[in-house]
Amino acid sequence: MSLTTEDVRKVARLARLAMNEAEIDAARSQLSGIFELIAEMQAVDTRNIAPMSHAQDVSQRLRADVVTAQNEREAFQAIAPQVEAGLYLVPQVIE
Amino acid sequence: MINASLKQLSAALAEKKISSVELTQLYLDRIAALNPTLNAFVTLDAERSLAQAKAADAMLAAGHAQPLTGIPLAQKDIFCATGWRTTCGSKMLENFIAPYDAHVIQQFNQAGAVNLGKTNMDEFAMGSSNETSYFGAVRNPWNTNAVPGGSSGGAASAVAARLCAAATGTDTGGSIRQPAALCGISGIKPTYGTVSRYGMIAFASSLDQAGPMARSAEDCALMLNVMTGFDERDSTSLQREKEDYTRDLNQPLAGLRIGLPKEFFAAGLDNDVAECVQAAIAEYQKLGAVVVDISLPNSRLAVPVYYVLAPAEASSNLSRFDGVRYGYRAPDYTDLTDMYEKSRAQGFGAEVKRRIMIGTYVLSHGYYDAYYLQAQKIRRLIAQDFAAAFTQCDVIMGPTSPSTAFNLGEKGDDPVQMYLSDIYTIAVNLAGLPGMSIPAGFGKNGLPVGLQLIGDYFKEAQMLNAAHQYQQATDWHQRAPQHI
Repeated sequence: MSLTTEDVRKVARLARLAMNEAEIDAARSQLSGIFELIAEMQAVDTRNIAPMSHAQDVSQRLRADVVTAQNEREAFQAIAPQVEAGLYLVPQVIE
Repeated sequence: MINASLKQLSAALAEKKISSVELTQLYLDRIAALNPTLNAFVTLDAERSLAQAKAADAMLAAGHAQPLTGIPLAQKDIFCATGWRTTCGSKMLENFIAPYDAHVIQQFNQAGAVNLGKTNMDEFAMGSSNETSYFGAVRNPWNTNAVPGGSSGGAASAVAARLCAAATGTDTGGSIRQPAALCGISGIKPTYGTVSRYGMIAFASSLDQAGPMARSAEDCALMLNVMTGFDERDSTSLQREKEDYTRDLNQPLAGLRIGLPKEFFAAGLDNDVAECVQAAIAEYQKLGAVVVDISLPNSRLAVPVYYVLAPAEASSNLSRFDGVRYGYRAPDYTDLTDMYEKSRAQGFGAEVKRRIMIGTYVLSHGYYDAYYLQAQKIRRLIAQDFAAAFTQCDVIMGPTSPSTAFNLGEKGDDPVQMYLSDIYTIAVNLAGLPGMSIPAGFGKNGLPVGLQLIGDYFKEAQMLNAAHQYQQATDWHQRAPQHI
């Protein structure tokens, strides 16, 4: 299977990865090679096979609905790129 | 001392033949001398390591020692450790100081083990050669032109070069077993859910599993005793009784049924690797094991299935790196979307971006059924193959990797060639089974060959028994690289 430049551009946008034209071109050829490898799957008859999403057939464990985490705002914000007055700073999103 | 087993080190510490501070300093000196060549460690903090050693010496003096108290270990840089820089091999986390401990780190701290430093790895554990690390490639101590394997390449190189007593690794598609094979050490990936993933930076959550990398099966068993155990903070951690993985090490192997999957000995396997594996099987037969021919007909599909599922999970897991709460943020941007796109483009390396792109594509509208769902269905077929095989045998054996270590740069720009070096390990992660690699000789280029052992769910003690008995009868695991 071979991807088009437009496919790659769309995926890069969905993945929030900035790419220039040269990078898109390189990605297109490498991804096409990988999808050729993946295509081997398509010929397999999987009718009546249930998808396996997890290694163990166990159900999700639930816990009591009580607060367990402590407030560690200072420790967590100490490693943030930009904070002010306890808030994370990002470019303005609402006019 | 550097060739001593964990048990011997523990005894030496208990008998005051050496202190933990002295032992830690000995390893720090070796790291200072050899790490400039090997690049196995990305972060060292001698002050912190020696403070832990001092505390361990106090535990020993007070008679509160546990089996690993005072023993210097290397931690893969995927585990968060409070106060330690934790990079996951990425520019994205170049300056990330972990604000908390991973469960694995907590367990080692409680056991009184010493953290010698953080080991190099492929970026976000995505790679089979350690060449994708932002901090440079790791070198194989057996031949410094060769790769150590990946993604736990720093750990494997450090253990092989005697820069630590033992190390931790993680394995999503072979990242403990393949580097263990390529560096001539022992490593085990336990059953999925046995070791908590809390604080272990996520790659593909349904496949990621931590485990020990050490110089023998016995050392692996002692490490596993500390690493495993239920943790409520990992929703996939299994609620099981704590096991002693050393309990069966000395059992005889008479009657052990070894399954040999014909698919693991087909085209694509190097002759010298095949010869070593066959010689190891013959050794097992001398020890009383019997050989059964088995088939894993869907195993050839493991690589394609993995390269749908692992990137899909990775694209979701890595969406958290947005330059807002932690990690790299681009210096210049025009708006929020531009900030996300530039921070991620500049912070992630080529292989990580490639996998995020594959994952995003297979999960996108119109492709989900054809790729993601189809891969999950074949994943079940692969798991069913193993279930059928384990009705005929106790442990499956074969090569860990199709070749010995390849040279740096050898696989070049072709990701598919690199992906195929995990052809024998990936199916084990898809099924969630335990898998192990132990040294079984050397190829014609003088580089180590690994024998892979695959067990049924929760059969780690039996696999470690099989590995230990082989290591009592052979000395491949005691060989050390020259000039190291």
